[in-house]
Amino acid sequence: MCKGMDNKKQRGILVIAEQSNGEIHKVSYELLNKGRELAEQRNMPLDCLLLGGDGIPAEELNYRGAQTVYYMKDSIFSTLEEYTYKKNIVAFIEEKEPEIVLIGATNFGRSLAPRIAAALCTGLTADCTDLQINDEGRLIQIRPAFSDHLFAHIKTVKNPQMATVRYKEFAEAKRDLKNLENIIFVKPYFKQTSKSTVDEMIALDDFDITEAEVIVAGGRGIRRKEDLAMLEELAKVLGGKVGVSRALVDAGMAESSAQVGYSGNRVKPKVYIACGISGAPQHLAGMKDSQVIIAVNSDPSAPIFQIADYGYVGDLYEVIPQFTRQLRKEDAVK
Amino acid sequence: MNILVLVKEVPDMEKVKFDQEKGVVDRSSAEAEINPFDENALQAAVDQKEKEQKNVTVTVMTMGPQRAEKTLRDAYARGADKGVLLTDRKFGGSDTCATAKTLAAAIRKIGNFDLILCGEKSVDGDTAQVGAEVAEFLDIPHAYYVEEIRNLDHDSVQVTIENIGGDRQVRTMKLPALIGVTKNISRPKLPTVNRKLESLTIQVETITLQDLNGFMSEEECGFKGSPTKVSKIEIPKEVKKNNQVFREDFTAFLQSVTDVLTEKGIV
Ligand SMILES: Cc1cc2nc3c(=O)[nH]c(=O)nc-3n(C[C@H](O)[C@H](O)[C@H](O)COP(=O)(O)OP(=O)(O)OC[C@H]3O[C@@H](n4cnc5c(N)ncnc54)[C@H](O)[C@@H]3O)c2cc1C
Ligand SMILES: Nc1ncnc2c1ncn2[C@@H]1O[C@H](COP(=O)(O)O)[C@@H](O)[C@H]1O
Repeated sequence: MCKGMDNKKQRGILVIAEQSNGEIHKVSYELLNKGRELAEQRNMPLDCLLLGGDGIPAEELNYRGAQTVYYMKDSIFSTLEEYTYKKNIVAFIEEKEPEIVLIGATNFGRSLAPRIAAALCTGLTADCTDLQINDEGRLIQIRPAFSDHLFAHIKTVKNPQMATVRYKEFAEAKRDLKNLENIIFVKPYFKQTSKSTVDEMIALDDFDITEAEVIVAGGRGIRRKEDLAMLEELAKVLGGKVGVSRALVDAGMAESSAQVGYSGNRVKPKVYIACGISGAPQHLAGMKDSQVIIAVNSDPSAPIFQIADYGYVGDLYEVIPQFTRQLRKEDAVK
Repeated sequence: MNILVLVKEVPDMEKVKFDQEKGVVDRSSAEAEINPFDENALQAAVDQKEKEQKNVTVTVMTMGPQRAEKTLRDAYARGADKGVLLTDRKFGGSDTCATAKTLAAAIRKIGNFDLILCGEKSVDGDTAQVGAEVAEFLDIPHAYYVEEIRNLDHDSVQVTIENIGGDRQVRTMKLPALIGVTKNISRPKLPTVNRKLESLTIQVETITLQDLNGFMSEEECGFKGSPTKVSKIEIPKEVKKNNQVFREDFTAFLQSVTDVLTEKGIV
């Protein structure tokens, strides 16, 4: 069904940058940071492939550590559509033969990467949280599995060795203007396919819970939709956003864009305040890496208290408004 | 219109136990069930059947051990028309690449599917890769994170993708096509008693490696055909946080929380 490469001459690490609406996604810089570390260990080049329309500041990728940026510039790449992207990336990889290919585990990356891997007849490790090089110079890909209950170390016996990497798992590469600008423009190998066409793109509102530094999250302890206003107020005082457990999405009280957890968003804010959330494993999977976790729950045996740094056993309907009032008071004093 | 739903049998995540010392999953500790996300895919297919009274046949396919037949019967009870089980010792140890190849080979062999549905991810494998890889091996277009099938006619499907690059996207694909769905696409219904009883007597089609002769080789399947190898499993120890849980003393709680908020530069 696919040919695959022989494992001999491939060299170098290729990061596939992601952009949407002309803006480079920050996961690309994180990949370059980790890629740099791996490239130095193996004494290999670190390059970057960017597909997109006109006017993307591709040199940014050089500043962040890519030696060569290959910029496949064409308006067909302005819409994110896997089939056309895949055809072009596969042709590029077959020509350049990198040994390692890294892609961000964003929605688009996760949808695109398996197609590329399958076309190249190679393996792909999804959602990696760490990457290492072993004694034989092969890539060890570390990823959570079984709904985050375990970590698997995975090797790929073919080339290229491919992985998608979770967003916000690694720090961004530092921007260094001394790095040489080195952009090579590449013509697309294939133009748009007739098999799949994008009819419409509707910008989602700016609400992106994964970018919030503070999240005040509500669960089934919230009895009515209107009561979420209580959490909104606290979030406002703290400059944060309101998140929810799946229970509230299922109950039609909140949008799924606000859902935190295994089937929602994975978040890593500075502070996560869980209000009336029991702490089911699927919820924890989305927030346990927050820097500080605060929990308010009326049930002292709720599992959320196991992972909270600070917990309060009590009725959130009393605790939260009082907390907000107190913070406002302190604000006023200052 | 022939719709195929790919379903996987997974252990019940609420009950399954992990052996931290040995680094293994004790699959006998929990009963197997249909992957929760695949229930949404199946319901979405059944909804199409009920909608507009289209002449739709829903087939479910799973690759797994013989006992996974139960999952196909369960799917029948939930409204599917037919079940296909891919089972063979030689399929054991498949990674996503080998799994997808085997599924694709069986799909080619049976032929004649217009739309293929799969779940967002499986809760055990957890890769969300199998669907797109199947699409690639069949050389058909796909879309992931689909929250709605807007329109399905004899030669195309129009879907809404929840979020791709910060946009909601409406896309039309020529059939055959594959879509991976999110939980928001449907509300899985419980099977009726009648269907449940009937499901016990239906014929499940079984496909082995031999049956796929001409569509895939032995080298391409199972452990041999898997380019990725698990070299180690780690089961993290439960982190016991040095945490403070307050009960009566609200003032002390507030103080601690305000301190940490200040430390983090938030207030
Ligand atoms: C495949 C799969 C994926 C899933 N994905 C997700 C996901 O992404 N995100 C997610 O959140 N869940 C997810 N779930 C669901 C998850 O298993 C739980 O059902 C869900 O997280 C429970 O939400 P909850 O904590 O709000 O509700 P509950 O478990 O009902 O907890 C409510 C809590 O509120 C407390 N409470 C009640 N009243 C008050 C009050 N007045 N003051 C203070 N505390 C109060 C109760 O003591 C209780 O602990 C998933 C499940 C499956 C099977
Ligand atoms: N063994 C299998 N048999 C049938 N379908 C599968 C199998 N494994 C995965 N799938 C399908 O692919 C989707 C994604 O699975 P995964 O890549 O394991 O996360 C699942 O939701 C199923 O629809």
